[in-house]
Amino acid sequence: MSKDNQILEDLTAKEYEHGWSVNFETDEAPLGLNEDIIRWISTKKEEPSWLLEWRLKAFKTWQAMSEPEWANVHYAKMDLQALRYYSAPKQSKKPKNINEVDPELIAIYERLGISLNEQKRLQGIAIDVVLDSVSVATTFKETLGKLGIIFCSFSEAVKEHPDLVKKYLGSVVPMTDNYYAALNAAVFSDGSFCYIPKGVRCPMELSTYFRINAANTGQFERTLIVADDSSYVSYLEGCTAPQRDENQLHAAVVEIYAGAHAEVKYSTVQNWFPGDKDGKGGIYNFVTKRGICAGDHSKISWTQVETGSAVTWKYPSCILKGDYSIGEFYSVAVTNNYQQADTGTKMIHIGKNTKSRIVSKGISAGKSQNSYRGQVQVMKRAHNARNFSQCDSLLMGDQCGAHTFPYIDIANPSAKVEHEATTSKIGEDQIFYCNQRGIATEDAVALIVNGYAKEVLNQLPMEFAVEAQKLLALTLEGSVG
Amino acid sequence: MLSIKNLHASIEGTPILRGINLEVKAGEVHAIMGPNGSGKSTLASVLAGREEYEVTEGEVLFQGKELLPLSPEDRAREGVFLAFQYPIEIPGVSTTNFLRTALNQVREYRGQEPLDAVKFLSLMKEKMALVEIDQKLLSRSLNEGFSGGEKKRNEIFQMAMLEPVLSILDETDSGLDIDALRIVSNGVNKLKSEKTATIVVTHYQRLLDYIVPDFVHVLYKGRIVKSGTKELALELEEKGYDWIKEEVDSTATV
Repeated sequence: MSKDNQILEDLTAKEYEHGWSVNFETDEAPLGLNEDIIRWISTKKEEPSWLLEWRLKAFKTWQAMSEPEWANVHYAKMDLQALRYYSAPKQSKKPKNINEVDPELIAIYERLGISLNEQKRLQGIAIDVVLDSVSVATTFKETLGKLGIIFCSFSEAVKEHPDLVKKYLGSVVPMTDNYYAALNAAVFSDGSFCYIPKGVRCPMELSTYFRINAANTGQFERTLIVADDSSYVSYLEGCTAPQRDENQLHAAVVEIYAGAHAEVKYSTVQNWFPGDKDGKGGIYNFVTKRGICAGDHSKISWTQVETGSAVTWKYPSCILKGDYSIGEFYSVAVTNNYQQADTGTKMIHIGKNTKSRIVSKGISAGKSQNSYRGQVQVMKRAHNARNFSQCDSLLMGDQCGAHTFPYIDIANPSAKVEHEATTSKIGEDQIFYCNQRGIATEDAVALIVNGYAKEVLNQLPMEFAVEAQKLLALTLEGSVG
Repeated sequence: MLSIKNLHASIEGTPILRGINLEVKAGEVHAIMGPNGSGKSTLASVLAGREEYEVTEGEVLFQGKELLPLSPEDRAREGVFLAFQYPIEIPGVSTTNFLRTALNQVREYRGQEPLDAVKFLSLMKEKMALVEIDQKLLSRSLNEGFSGGEKKRNEIFQMAMLEPVLSILDETDSGLDIDALRIVSNGVNKLKSEKTATIVVTHYQRLLDYIVPDFVHVLYKGRIVKSGTKELALELEEKGYDWIKEEVDSTATV
């Protein structure tokens, strides 16, 4: 076992790749959280009065709520009054298109491996980039516009498409849903908005890239995706943050609406700074993601690869309201060192003949704790609902934990719900077998882990799958058990 | 090629190998036989570098190089191949993917360029024919749900792909029916050359009808107590191991 310990030790030498930050002039709100700050943000964003009122109402609700403690995570609570709720890079004038964006900002993304130059980018992905509190650029807007697809920053959507925003904002995740969702509703600063009109199949992947740069700043973005009847869109989300000693809060909300026969695929590769080897710093990732299959035969599919954050609290869910609607959740969550993740999904079957599928693969290494928490609820009217859940846990080393909390709540006797769970350790036998064929231990672990997570990784769009595979290997480098 | 001198090894403090001496030259096939618990598989594992075993004494030279200080992967890259008695399952990883990773790491160690997908696939085709293995099997998760015969055939296929200098077959015949035994043995025979050597670890003589050894060694209580030619294997088949045990035990008590 001494070699294992040695390798576990070695792992700690691994640095977070995206831990740098850049100094640039920012436009910031004063520290703290109160009604004035919310008004300040709303004014800054030149918002209509209905939105300000919506925010203030959310704030009032939030004030009466308390931070949830049921998740299997332990952390020092954050002083929300010591945070800054708005921080944006100063730009002399609002850029009309990508060519007018400050080259310094573009350079930040180049350094993250994200090119905002439409010519240079792989064809087939449009991107909205959010830096701290604002969206700084959205690519391929015009190409998409020809099809009637709206893809822009949330702020822009509020200005240009107020009716759509008003109709769907908070319709899937009500402002009062939970502590962090209410906080987000009160202070959210930007995010992405996407609308796919009836019968349109979005020809490229849409994506949002979130980056926290400023210190002492929370990121509260909102994403709203509306897929009208018979439309299709595949959406990707990526994120990184600088390496800082203090914890930073990321409390996002994602809402998805799918009309009849519409399909939305939402993929996330989450790589927020996880804290250092001693558990210092890192992002608190408290996120509410939910989609509603509102129309018959609609489908929402969540795929997530969670490798970052100090603490993750996240349950991308589906409300299966339309008859024959389908909800899917594919997840790989990796925790290492002192990371804690409590993640899973909720599948709420309301319509008839609704189906859901959950595939969750947890990987724990170091001294981390990894929990799957999932709820399958079949309502009274949901005849012939089907659910299949598979929750696998892979342990590396002998100091980490894997936990599974499945909740099953059935109110209709015709429901068929299956739950399978396995727990395994990466065996020394497996590693030796790889070694004996000439494969180094590090690569053997990557190979075994990628094999284990294959079913989920296969759900990701090609470009993302390769990225995710590398990320898994990197996160677990050296952590053999 | 391989020179084992006074090799002692133990597991959790219990000595298993108590002074093995063995010389293997290029082009030779050596069979290691012996009753259960005599240390046959331990010898195979120690040569491959399995960590549970602690080498307490002795040295092993492989092509003039000290083998024991090398990591298991470097031994493999130097050309030592172990066909496992119980091949390990790796879910989600196909044999193809596994072997491509392995082969390219071996090539890198030897200062060769990695094989691109096209060259790799044509090499696979060539070797598949050699061991009569079905392509479908190679795209399935490694060893997962394989029959005993499929697992062993896959081991020999891996051996063919990696082109080792020294192949150690650990009880490759166990769990094989007669047809599978023939196919696996044919594969091994086709891979033999004047530059390579094979060590066949087996309990039964049966395998040696197909893979004919130049030398047969009997291992008992962690030592090679008798060596001979293939006739020794036939004698063992006929008389069992008891006479050797008696011979050894009586000398030991004197």
